[in-house]
Amino acid sequence: MPAVQETVERVRRIDVDQYRYGFETQIESDKAPKGLSEDTVRFISAKKNEPAWMLEWRLEAYRRWLTMTEPTWARVDYPKIDYQDIYYYAAPKPKKTLSSIDEIDPEILKTYEKLGIPLREVAILEGVEPPPGGPQTPNRKIAVDAVFDSVSVATTFQKELKAAGVIFMPISEAIREHPELVQKYLGTVVPTSDNYFATLNSAVFSDGSFVYVPPGVRCPMELSTYFRINERNTGQFERTLIIADKGSYVSYLEGCTAPQRDENQLHAAVVELVTLDDAEIKYSTVQNWYPGNSEGKGGIYNFVTKRGDCRGRNSKISWTQVETGSAITWKYPSCILRGDNSSGEFYSIAISNGFQQVDSGTKMIHLGKNTSSRIISKGIAAGKSQNTYRGLVSAHRKATGARNYTACDSLLIGDKCGAHTVPYVEAKNSSATFEHEATTSKISEDVLFYCIQRGLSQEEAVGLVVNGFVKDVLQQLPMEFAVEAQKLISISLEGSVG
Amino acid sequence: MNVVAKTETGRALGDAFAVVRDRLPGKGKIADQRREAFEAYERLGLPHRRIEDWKYTDLRALMREVLPLAPAPDAAALARAAAAIKLRAIDGVRRLVLVDGAFAPDLSDLGNLDKGLSIRPLRDVLDAGDNALSVQAIATDVSNPMLALNGAMATDGVVIDIANGTVLTQPLHIVHVASGTAPASMFTRSLLRLGRDAGVTLVESYLAGEGAKAYQTHDGLIVAIGDNARLDHVRLVEDSIDAFNISSATVSLGAHAHFNTFGLTSGGHVSRYQLTVTCAGEGSKVETNGVNLINGKQHADTTLFMDHAVPHCASREIFRAVVDDRAHSVFQGRIIVRPDAQKTDAKMMTRALLLSDDAEADNKPELEIFADDVTCGHGATTGALDESLLFYMRARGLPEKEAQALLIQAFVGEAIETIASDALREVAIATAQRWLKARA
Repeated sequence: MPAVQETVERVRRIDVDQYRYGFETQIESDKAPKGLSEDTVRFISAKKNEPAWMLEWRLEAYRRWLTMTEPTWARVDYPKIDYQDIYYYAAPKPKKTLSSIDEIDPEILKTYEKLGIPLREVAILEGVEPPPGGPQTPNRKIAVDAVFDSVSVATTFQKELKAAGVIFMPISEAIREHPELVQKYLGTVVPTSDNYFATLNSAVFSDGSFVYVPPGVRCPMELSTYFRINERNTGQFERTLIIADKGSYVSYLEGCTAPQRDENQLHAAVVELVTLDDAEIKYSTVQNWYPGNSEGKGGIYNFVTKRGDCRGRNSKISWTQVETGSAITWKYPSCILRGDNSSGEFYSIAISNGFQQVDSGTKMIHLGKNTSSRIISKGIAAGKSQNTYRGLVSAHRKATGARNYTACDSLLIGDKCGAHTVPYVEAKNSSATFEHEATTSKISEDVLFYCIQRGLSQEEAVGLVVNGFVKDVLQQLPMEFAVEAQKLISISLEGSVG
Repeated sequence: MNVVAKTETGRALGDAFAVVRDRLPGKGKIADQRREAFEAYERLGLPHRRIEDWKYTDLRALMREVLPLAPAPDAAALARAAAAIKLRAIDGVRRLVLVDGAFAPDLSDLGNLDKGLSIRPLRDVLDAGDNALSVQAIATDVSNPMLALNGAMATDGVVIDIANGTVLTQPLHIVHVASGTAPASMFTRSLLRLGRDAGVTLVESYLAGEGAKAYQTHDGLIVAIGDNARLDHVRLVEDSIDAFNISSATVSLGAHAHFNTFGLTSGGHVSRYQLTVTCAGEGSKVETNGVNLINGKQHADTTLFMDHAVPHCASREIFRAVVDDRAHSVFQGRIIVRPDAQKTDAKMMTRALLLSDDAEADNKPELEIFADDVTCGHGATTGALDESLLFYMRARGLPEKEAQALLIQAFVGEAIETIASDALREVAIATAQRWLKARA
């Protein structure tokens, strides 16, 4: 079924030319010399004042990286990246040591204000009414770690989190202040040798967020990191490590934008999540890197490794992603379901337009007993874009009672784009029950029938079901994102293609 | 990463090709084609798991080497083949027999050919010199290493032509028999050209004569279905339990043509069937169905490539795998809808039933869609037999194996039912029942 006019219009409105975060902030910055060598790695490590073990770890990764080759299996096509033509470290030049938020460079504050990210705690605490028509300020508390190019510029609500025992700080600080935790968990989910981009990240990562939630603690507020690439010719390599100790819960949000430029910039992040017994992590992303212009020029190469390890019994990791940006997305947030009764979830909405290329999906690796996973993926391709879902569901020999449900639907708008589905379903255990489907009509016939019976059209009903499904997650996002994401999701889902 | 170090066996095969090259039928252009195909194979070597299409079927680990060419069958081999054929004879068909990679006219029915039907051994066609037909018969997609090898080494096969408007009531049955007592490879290739408005049923089966051991069958089938023509195709793999069967079929359909194919694999140690179907004419219709019934340490791989190149075509795939013991079933199904192929209607359903804790089933249904006005979908499930159904039957006095057999029959039934001919459906059911009986 071809898309209806309304849908086409809606998508046009979110077309790449409409990118709203393309401005550039004029700010002096401190950069590492261009190119990559052991010296660059040492430079970054020294800048961050890191202990010797961390430098060793980085160097080992760098040496390993030299022996690796760039992966080519994904359905993406881009000119060869010159790794010597990138700045691996760029930081806003510090004026002096900061003691309060007021001392942060006003240009940076302005940048985040423009992006709708509140770095001032007061404003949020007092629940200041947003100016009419202006961006909405959420009236809930969200602790934000703002990463500007290679460094974290501000982390809000530190005190309140500390009272709850939650550690939320830039990873560079955590390396210095909580080395025992970092050493215990860093690289245990995504080892330094994992893949080309993760290894590169291990060698040169500059900052990112570190979260530790102690046993039995339900994190009192949402945690959020906002990534902004500003500097020209730089790569952003952030590293996030989140540990939810026994019986704890944390919800984490991630957002990203970049200026509009003709060049392609590399973003190679690594995210590691660890849940111990009965713990839960909910990780949400609204990825809105600059996707390039309507001719396909410029944009971010988003080559990200995200993986969660459900290490404990009854633990849970849930990934939610709304992917709208980046020239190229290469990203597979995964769950290793190691603990018995653990569960993994992956909810994704990937929208591609212009010349964007998306190759994204997930991996659910069932290792423990009675593990379950659920994958809901919606791909929408428009313009001349290529949108691929690539997912693996596997049950190992000992994963008795593994259960998976996968539904991935794609919508094509226009005849110049492509939507592809590449699922891998591997069962090595007879008690594994895997279901993979790719037709919208099969999303709970009962619910659809109920809606249609009450006067909704088939399409409205499907929209309602899908919206209802992702709504809980959307509401957790910062308002600015949620509104945007909602707009994207409200695109009707008729004309479905597996 | 297609970096391939040349293996010991690769070199041995290269030498073997140099030796047999001059004895292979066809000169001139054909010989050039063979050389190119062999070079293409040599560049890649035996496919391994780092090559995406062969991810689950690593021939370097499973097969290790390609055996030398089987010698032409002697009288004893032909007698063993005749005995094997008799055991699996299908009534009412015109039999065409290939023994150890050579056409066996004495075992084949070539008398009273219907009007509009022509059957020739491939060797004769190739020996007759260069012409469009021989070039077509040996033509090879060199990007697939095993298909390339087949093109390079093919010794014989059958070339079947069915004239425009000829509808044959008697099915044609190509029987591949391995009869040599020493392990060897057979390379066969057959060509079927179905004219406009023509119709035929083609059965292919793979058998082993008594004493045939650890042989390798490398078969290729090329089919061109003319406008408005219909081909019904049934394929039965009953190779011996230590044999290898690496086969490919390339089918193209003209406008409003209809292709119905069913494959059942119960034999062979390692088998791989690569089926490429191209809808080249508008309004064509394809039904592809298959069943794998495997146990022990068997490995059976069905790799389907459904290419919708033009608008208004429909395809349906139903695939069922029943996997017992330590067997490994693989299904890879790729549907591609080309940019102009609007109004394509494609559906694929693959289901695997695991009967033991050591069994493995890998499903990879893929969709590649470049047109927006299409209806495409796929589904894949993996699971065990329903405990409550088993209990229901056992509570009513059925022994466990029998109850399982009933459920398995129902499970594969959906695929088997798609066979158009009643007689051939019975043959497939009988084959499935033999497997179930052996299990009990």
